[in-house]
Amino acid sequence: MSKRVALEASHAVAEAARMANVDVISAYPITPQTHIPERLAEMVADGELNAAYIPVESEHSAMSACLGAAAIGARTFTATAGPGLEYMHNVLYVAPSMRLPVVMTVANRALSAPISIWGDHSDVMAVRDTGWIQVFCQNSQEAFDLTIWAFRVGEDRSVLFPVMVHLDGFTLSHVVEPMFLPGQADVDRFLPRFQYPYPLDPDRPMTHGALGPPDIYSEAKLAQEMALQESRNVILQAWKEFEDVFGRRYSPVEEYRTEGAETLLLAMGSYTETAKIVIDQRRDHGEAIGLISIRLWRPFPYEELRRAVKGAGRLIVFDRCISFGMGGPVFSEVRSALYDEDRRPKVVGFVGGLGGRDVPEKEFGYLIDRGKEVADRGSDRMMETVGIR
Amino acid sequence: MHIGNIITDPGNASFRRTGDWRTEKPVLDKEMCVRCALCWIDCPDGAIRPCDDGYYEADLHYCKGCGICARICPAGAILMEEEGEQ
Repeated sequence: MSKRVALEASHAVAEAARMANVDVISAYPITPQTHIPERLAEMVADGELNAAYIPVESEHSAMSACLGAAAIGARTFTATAGPGLEYMHNVLYVAPSMRLPVVMTVANRALSAPISIWGDHSDVMAVRDTGWIQVFCQNSQEAFDLTIWAFRVGEDRSVLFPVMVHLDGFTLSHVVEPMFLPGQADVDRFLPRFQYPYPLDPDRPMTHGALGPPDIYSEAKLAQEMALQESRNVILQAWKEFEDVFGRRYSPVEEYRTEGAETLLLAMGSYTETAKIVIDQRRDHGEAIGLISIRLWRPFPYEELRRAVKGAGRLIVFDRCISFGMGGPVFSEVRSALYDEDRRPKVVGFVGGLGGRDVPEKEFGYLIDRGKEVADRGSDRMMETVGIR
Repeated sequence: MHIGNIITDPGNASFRRTGDWRTEKPVLDKEMCVRCALCWIDCPDGAIRPCDDGYYEADLHYCKGCGICARICPAGAILMEEEGEQ
């Protein structure tokens, strides 16, 4: 019983949190995430959502409050962006280590300096190693769907990991798009109640967050890594269940018109949709080109990526971040993931779209043409650029 | 290990000897001790306990050697002695 509505992606996320019936929200407003906590605060104030909204003085406190909430077994939500994400950086590591399934939307924003409120993926890449499950959204529908899905996966008893749902600041967060809003009954069918196995409870005292001396720390970290790797099973299972209930299919790596493609373009987030337009145009002119988009960023989808690029001669990776002194972070991870393949494509990395710089269709056209040229002729540069003067 | 390294039986510190990194230990001179119990009260780690003879002694499995007992003793009966090779 879904209905077609027009919703800003930020409001779609807030709607998802409401329909997931979250118990606790703690967030600090920061552009371009503001519409999410603002809308949720409104819902709580208007009695549309029975949740505790904890206002805080910083993102560090927001995440800390979320950890406490999750530890008592509350369904917990927060949202942030760019510098806010970095401000909670050290607390971010605590959530997966203590296996506390917080769901967080990140409206991806550039990092200072120069100060920028606009979008790129510098904030994501700086927190890629924190241990969270991370997914990227392409549009409002995915922003809604993956938020609901994030609760289902993160709270699963065999997972118990926090989940970050990334949506591009402004180019997605502030865009009103048509989407299907499901009925509450379907959401309830898909999303069971959260039952944390070790809730903080005065009647059953236990210690959360104890010291880890050298004789235990390594084992604790390895156990965490093994559990994150194993979460793939539930990630895939939950996407299958999602398809059964809502009819929309998601996969760790999306493949778009890749059949017989000699060249593949790799994009993430909302720019995937711009890239699709360019791929369509080129396919219509007979060019053997396709697109892949990494939706599941952590745990990294090695198998799906290797399968997706099989048979292609060139892979052009588009990064919206610079790992200073290294090049594009997605590029370096993707190239590393393919290193052991006997037949692997030549991988070329481009950086562009920084700090809200638009990358329109014609720039993707340049990126593809230049990428093919570099792949065939070779280049001694670690990083090509697109749309930069 | 439990998931998230949670300790489901809290209050278990007494089962683990935690004083092995001490550099000084308190030594009581019973001749001078007035049995006022201030050392017992002020020990931040609960490592000093009353004995049957009315005196107090530090449990060296848990004493961290902070010296608060020596500092607080009004009779000057506790001296901190450097730990040597055992």
